[in-house]
Amino acid sequence: MDWFYIQGILILAGINLLAVLGLSLLTGFTGLFSFGHAGFMAIGAYTTAIMSVKLHLPFIPSLMIGGLIAALVSLLIGKLTLNLKGDYFCIATLGLGEAIRLILDNVQYLGGARGWPGIPLKTTLLNVVIIDIIGIIILVNLIRSKHGRNMIAIREEEMASQIIGINVFRYKMISLMISAIYAGVAGGMLGHYLGFLQPKMFQIVKSTELTIIVIFGGLGSISGSVLGALVLTSLPEMLRTFAQWRLVVYGIAVIFIMISRPQGLMGGHEFSFHAVKKIISSMFYRKKQRGLGGR
Amino acid sequence: MAGFMQQIINGLSIGSVYALMAVGYSLVYSIMNFSNFAHGGVIMIGAYIGFFLLAAYKMPFYVAFALAGAGAGLLALIIERVAYSPLRKRKAPFLYFIISAMGASIFLENIVIATIGPTFKTYPKVFSTQPITVGSLSVGRLDLIMFVISAISLAILIFVIEKTKIGMAIRGTAYSVRASALMGVNTDHVIMIVFGLGGLLGGIAGMLFGMKYTVYPQIGFITIKSFIAAVFGGLGSLPGAVIGSVLLGIIETLTSGYLSSQFRDLIAFALLIVVLIVRPMGLMGKFTEDKA
Repeated sequence: MDWFYIQGILILAGINLLAVLGLSLLTGFTGLFSFGHAGFMAIGAYTTAIMSVKLHLPFIPSLMIGGLIAALVSLLIGKLTLNLKGDYFCIATLGLGEAIRLILDNVQYLGGARGWPGIPLKTTLLNVVIIDIIGIIILVNLIRSKHGRNMIAIREEEMASQIIGINVFRYKMISLMISAIYAGVAGGMLGHYLGFLQPKMFQIVKSTELTIIVIFGGLGSISGSVLGALVLTSLPEMLRTFAQWRLVVYGIAVIFIMISRPQGLMGGHEFSFHAVKKIISSMFYRKKQRGLGGR
Repeated sequence: MAGFMQQIINGLSIGSVYALMAVGYSLVYSIMNFSNFAHGGVIMIGAYIGFFLLAAYKMPFYVAFALAGAGAGLLALIIERVAYSPLRKRKAPFLYFIISAMGASIFLENIVIATIGPTFKTYPKVFSTQPITVGSLSVGRLDLIMFVISAISLAILIFVIEKTKIGMAIRGTAYSVRASALMGVNTDHVIMIVFGLGGLLGGIAGMLFGMKYTVYPQIGFITIKSFIAAVFGGLGSLPGAVIGSVLLGIIETLTSGYLSSQFRDLIAFALLIVVLIVRPMGLMGKFTEDKA
């Protein structure tokens, strides 16, 4: 295992992490379920690549434009479906993901189904880590703000939040747009890491994989999503021979998590040093108590 | 004009198979109010059961057909018991049902890839490929059989729902689960019957679809179209699902006939967008109050 290989896994994990953070806001904190996040990643990836290859823009501005275009598309989908109850949003994102892939398959200017090679390799471990940290800081602050609390309220009880005066549609929309920006930027970084883009990379499987990571990490926990993204991206690398059965196990595990521990790994809790200290001290405290009881 | 009629006939036959898939989805939606994304997996397993009974065991067509339907129905029941019923008992939020359904569909698809393999399989030839010609129109035997079987199955389903006591229980539960339970309907049984019926029709549809094209693990994705057809016709409405599916089938064959088959899958999504803009409750939707 040389450093180059490990670095590659870390970069992929970091890119996945960014997309998962966005999805975590949407699914974990706002309670909306998307099947089309790979579609937003595809939009971000192709837009960023167009900006940097065809228009020769620097990397960071192209990433930003990629994220913005993904957000614009999400605006369209959200406007149509988010004010409807039921599964319209879910089905629309499912259709959107597939439609984007099919459109890209047929655009010969961008390589079509054969793919688009020769994208400059600009993603390094350093800028992935920096963007990830910025993403985490923004998300943590958003969740702690009034807006984040409104989103959590919508997840918990939509009707009640509407009654106390939260604009449900607006907050769902904001949540969807932010998560699309995260997915778009992640897609842009993926393209500039691999140096090659192909519509096939953004199939539904990719969307479900992102959702699985959010669920494993725990709905409504950012540290859970971080942990989930790092573990679930690097685990398959270690279990190469097991590759075929990986998704079989994921499928069973998702059902099992839902029926036994729907809060996932972190269960709505966040990792903090304060909490670790409390857990450790409570362990000691309990031991002391037991000692006292024995006397 | 003859070419146009030809496309309409082909569209009717594929649309009727979409309808078989869509009613199973719509039935579950009307009672439990969530999209059963595992339905695609059930359809896929039905197609594989039919394939193996015909190819490996050389069973007669109708026996394989009945067994594929029964097997898929049983599978749908098992999924209900394992993945949904514990959530139902706990009154879990609606999001958990969708996630559980997604888990079931990932599991089904990948267990087939891991055990049988990801390759495409072609059904053995059951019917002669010689088309039946009426005037200037020719109808493939398989297309005709697809249409006839789908129509009969749908007619039986509608008879069961509209005329029998079980059907009355299903309709009541779809209207209000709690009120039906108070009236002495065993809603747990009704939900199991609905899943069984949906799976049965899904298995039949899967086998017909596999005979027309090929069988492969991702065949379940075809249900995206039946979801879209169900939205088009009106979520939770049975006649809506049937009409939406048939129309979608016709629109699709016309697109691939006159534009390009590349656009066939895109047109379904474009239709969804148009429906959501113009009439979100669908053609015959009953959930008008859901439009906030």
